[in-house]
Amino acid sequence: MTRIDDTFARLKSQGKKAFVAYIMGGDPDEATSLAVMKGLPGAGVDIIELGMPFTDPMADGPTIQAAGQRALEGGMTMDRVLAMVRAFRDGDKTTPIVLMGYYNPIYSRGVDRFLKDATEAGIDGLIVVDLPPEEDDELCLPAQKAGLNFIRLATPTTDDKRLPKVLQNTSGFVYYVSITGITGAAAAQAADVAPEVARIKRSTDLPVIVGFGINTPDSARSIAGIADGCVVGSAIVKDIGEGKPVAEVLTKVAALAAGAHSA
Amino acid sequence: MAEDGVNSFMTGPDEAGRFGLFGGRFVSETLMPLILELEARYEHAKTDPTFWAEMDDLWKHYVGRPSPLYYAPRLTEHLGGAKIYLKRDELNHTGAHKINNVLGQIILARRMGKTRIIAETGAGQHGVATATVCAKFGLKCVVYMGAHDVERQAPNVFRMRLLGAEVIPVTSGRGTLKDAMNDALRDWVTNVRDTFYCIGTVAGPHPYPAMVRDFQSIIGKEVRWQLAEQEGEGRLPDTVVAAIGGGSNAMGLFYPFLDDPSVNIIGVEAGGKGVDDRMQHCASLTGGRPGVLHGNRTYLLQDGDGQILEGFSISAGLDYPGIGPEHAWLHDIGRAQYVSITDAEALEAFQLCCKLEGIIPALEPSHALAHVMKIAPTLPKDHIIVMNMCGRGDKDIFTVARHLGFDMKI
Repeated sequence: MTRIDDTFARLKSQGKKAFVAYIMGGDPDEATSLAVMKGLPGAGVDIIELGMPFTDPMADGPTIQAAGQRALEGGMTMDRVLAMVRAFRDGDKTTPIVLMGYYNPIYSRGVDRFLKDATEAGIDGLIVVDLPPEEDDELCLPAQKAGLNFIRLATPTTDDKRLPKVLQNTSGFVYYVSITGITGAAAAQAADVAPEVARIKRSTDLPVIVGFGINTPDSARSIAGIADGCVVGSAIVKDIGEGKPVAEVLTKVAALAAGAHSA
Repeated sequence: MAEDGVNSFMTGPDEAGRFGLFGGRFVSETLMPLILELEARYEHAKTDPTFWAEMDDLWKHYVGRPSPLYYAPRLTEHLGGAKIYLKRDELNHTGAHKINNVLGQIILARRMGKTRIIAETGAGQHGVATATVCAKFGLKCVVYMGAHDVERQAPNVFRMRLLGAEVIPVTSGRGTLKDAMNDALRDWVTNVRDTFYCIGTVAGPHPYPAMVRDFQSIIGKEVRWQLAEQEGEGRLPDTVVAAIGGGSNAMGLFYPFLDDPSVNIIGVEAGGKGVDDRMQHCASLTGGRPGVLHGNRTYLLQDGDGQILEGFSISAGLDYPGIGPEHAWLHDIGRAQYVSITDAEALEAFQLCCKLEGIIPALEPSHALAHVMKIAPTLPKDHIIVMNMCGRGDKDIFTVARHLGFDMKI
């Protein structure tokens, strides 16, 4: 059982949906980013997705692209993202942390070294956008062996024929991408997403969490209502990017979390 | 034929799209089903005679193929060594080799029922070729181009717009070719149902590197029979040389000769201001290390933390921090040799070619020519070098004028 499995077991016993929040590690600077991160559990966040900045974030829209660029310009590195995780873990032993990003910074560090450093820092799962099941030998299988969850994205283009392949080596939860598109784009519609989530749930016992295109407490509630939870990223990152104070960012996160938890 | 127990260098990629360590399919799940469908449709088209009949017809009547293989007597005499032939792909419609590949991909897109074509472009040559073929077939065309390149390649932007394409200046990242490719991928992920992504070089996720190579291989295939026609049955080049950004013109020239051990193969990367730790160059093989970007593993210019660096070159067409995965593999196994040429050396070759042969080359093949200038004098007179003149220099005269201190204001 990983922290992610424990969290879903707890939520299930409470009859609650999961609220997952994404922030970019080191955006706009390391101290602010860590302050936001430390405040997320208190604001109702069940799982933290921590972005690893990358120069070429091909699946991200302008908001998260800009966040990554701010972080890199502030001198963020993989070492410092891992240091943030360790600093967070000093005060929080239970909230799962999922590292989200692209493969090259991991490959550049060396997969074995990365996995050792990530588990030691207290990371629980990985979402690596540019590693489809066809490339499972690269990181997915070694990560599972190292005790990390490898969380896969399923998308509207993942048809029934392909779904088993996508689910095969997935653990922790399935991240359903609500739209064909990039982060922070069109609004997700619960009516469109519901049948897709149901389709995935017929093939797996893993929780299905929906992300992309969720930006208000109302949409968090309606999307969480038809799945096991939802992810909000760009809407939070946008406020951080506008320089809003940490307390104000966390107030918004709390409202989004309340939306998801009321589902 | 080949050494080290390998029967052929021409069998790649494998089923996973790998050339040894390189290549692969490093894309988001949304794109995976499309890539697999494209692969299946391309595999089918490859063995379909009607597909190649359509290609051959357009290559001949629309592009103007075969392009001549031209013996360059004054260049040969001036350098005083090897006999130099130029493969004249700069005479193609649209002025470069790019259209060879665009035709193939657009015919495939039409067969797949796609109605909207997207492309990335650096110098604008691939964008112009894509806009051209889209105009010919009445397809909607959207070209992503770094904002910085839009500014320095204004004539090509205007050409694309005349041809009916929408040119979208890319401001994300640093607004260069790699950022244009990122935005094209973002567009594709958003418009998966009706859109075909026409990649301009032998990079990207499988099957693009193999498919683009196959379409460009017409260059090397023509060289084989054209040289035999001029030099006698069975005569192969001793050395083939081509410039490399992503590496599509080079792959097109090299591929048909991979299994001929007597043929030396040399790729020329853009050395910018010199391949050293200042990283003001685009020489991925000589100055980079393996990494994953834009759907494939290959040599990349990157920092110690795996962040991608910007390339630097006088030639916008070589300004890319990666290289096609098949080149990365050929480099690692030693079947091809890769060297680099600086901006200054390329400019010198550019001028020499104008004066001695009456051919204004693009800055990209000027890099290849600069290397020919280095090696030809050291080789015997019966040694035959074939260099790919992959583009014409009309687009570059403003850049060259600036570097030579010539005032172009009219």
